[in-house]
Amino acid sequence: MVGGGAGGGTGGGAAARTDADGPTVTLEGVILGIDTSLGTAVAVVEPDGVVRAQVESADPRGHAEVIGTLIQRALAEASVTVSDISYVAAGMGPGPFTGLRVGIAAARAFALGRGVPVVPVVSHDAVALELLLHDALTGGYEDAADESFAVVTDARRREFASTLYRGLDDDGLPVRLAEPALTPRDDLDRMLQAAGVIRRDAERIPAAMLALAASRAVVAGRTIAPADVLYLRSPDVTMPGAPKRVNL
Amino acid sequence: MAGRGVHMNREPLVLGIETSCDETGIGIVRGRTLLSNTIASSMDEHARYGGVVPEVAARAHLEALEPAIRAALAEADVALADLDAVAVTSGPGLAGALMVGVGAAKALAVSLEKPLYAVNHLVGHIAADVLDGDAPPLEYPTVALLVSGGHTSLLLVRDLTSDVELLGETMDDAAGEAFDKVARLLGLPYPGGPEIDRAAASGDPLAITFPRGLSRASDMAAHRYDFSFSGLKTAVARWTEQRQAAGEPVPVADVAASFREAVVDVLVTKALAACRDHDVPRLLLGGGVIANRRLRDVALERAAAERVTVRIPPLSLCTDNGAMIAALASELIMAGRPASTLEFGADSTLPVTEIQVAGSA
Ligand SMILES: [Zn+2]
Repeated sequence: MVGGGAGGGTGGGAAARTDADGPTVTLEGVILGIDTSLGTAVAVVEPDGVVRAQVESADPRGHAEVIGTLIQRALAEASVTVSDISYVAAGMGPGPFTGLRVGIAAARAFALGRGVPVVPVVSHDAVALELLLHDALTGGYEDAADESFAVVTDARRREFASTLYRGLDDDGLPVRLAEPALTPRDDLDRMLQAAGVIRRDAERIPAAMLALAASRAVVAGRTIAPADVLYLRSPDVTMPGAPKRVNL
Repeated sequence: MAGRGVHMNREPLVLGIETSCDETGIGIVRGRTLLSNTIASSMDEHARYGGVVPEVAARAHLEALEPAIRAALAEADVALADLDAVAVTSGPGLAGALMVGVGAAKALAVSLEKPLYAVNHLVGHIAADVLDGDAPPLEYPTVALLVSGGHTSLLLVRDLTSDVELLGETMDDAAGEAFDKVARLLGLPYPGGPEIDRAAASGDPLAITFPRGLSRASDMAAHRYDFSFSGLKTAVARWTEQRQAAGEPVPVADVAASFREAVVDVLVTKALAACRDHDVPRLLLGGGVIANRRLRDVALERAAAERVTVRIPPLSLCTDNGAMIAALASELIMAGRPASTLEFGADSTLPVTEIQVAGSA
């Protein structure tokens, strides 16, 4: 049983797409969001964006240690049972591989256990969505919707991962101007300046926004991220040369 | 959920997840009965690198897990909801590879609201034996020799679920690694074990006397049950180079047979010494290198001479697999052990004495 969530939950509200040119998608239940591209972040969100729970560990390692308890805590704080989960949003990166895989493996396994779909989301989209919603609510800086910005996270090995955005589209999803890419640390500012975009560094991925992006994608009937992990780097391998010679 | 045991009058239905090296293993057992042993291997992807590449293995695990779980459920003809528990390898093994399995197992257990058992990979190799339906039950104590590409360990098992002692292990390469490296030296492909075997078939095992690591009197005092194969590998390299330098052809069959003989000799000698020293007339063999015919033959022959009974689980359960992980958890459940809490991690150097990782409560 989920820790403090005895009694279970109502499963949240529903969001619906009602445009004329497609079947109406109604989203029942709540969405579980999981991301381990930086720290470990888990959230439970209603389809219309009401955040029922958001828990996280900032530890850039130790994802495997905390993932289980964080999922349990999120469910408990949201007062939902596992059967209320209708979709699992998975942060596909970019991010350091070893940790990143833990969340994706967990998202896929949780979804398998419940028989519900996984919705892959670009982890930077969650940051962009949060920035854009925040700016929209607070007035933010002027003409936030027209401002191009880059979500930037540490990719280790003296590189940054960045994704360029500009505003929200009609489905309420961040518009990506450029897909996630790696840039040497010293080159990033020059590159962003040339592209005329503002730099927005992120230290954490808001899992609630990840789940909300997934919800909006499902309602819109869109796929917003590849099913494959956003590694952006080939595995480190050195092809073996001739066997090393020993002294004769 | 987590921390709670499984109380039941019937045999527990357990799904085991194993991702410590390059095999994604999903096993399903009911008590001591094997229902599925599904393995997806990334071995082919490592072949061109001459050894397991951790990042390549970890990426492959992530992609193989879900299809392997589905395949195992289909083969066992059970549904996830029917499971009594989920089991996973916590270590030892490759950290990044282990983490994929641990992350998946935790989320699966939480989503199914089932107990989770985090277990030791090496002890899992011993537990594979209980799935051998044709064999009489494992008797205690027994000495266990586990030999694979990732480990070479000699254990004293007094009880599978509560008392396993490490007698010795390799100080450098695992035996399977030595096979891979010597195969490469001889221009043979990866994995080296079957290739060396094939080459050795027509060779003379007594043609060249290669060193037996940690077998001199002084070594036997300090490292009686430990192994070392890096010196042997170097000796083979030196020998073949000298041949080449002299402009003579390298007798690959003889080198392969003599190398294999040196490995087998030291493995069997030390395992039987452990049996003698501890007055234990039982030896269990496990790990992928047990597939080596010569090792099995020599072990059986020399053990018989010393009146030691040898047990070898089915070879399909000797290589890394999820069924042995499920089997160990099943034994723990039947022994009344509570489930692990959810806090455990992937421990690449998990000691063999830690049969089950309980997690920090
Ligand atoms: Zn193994």
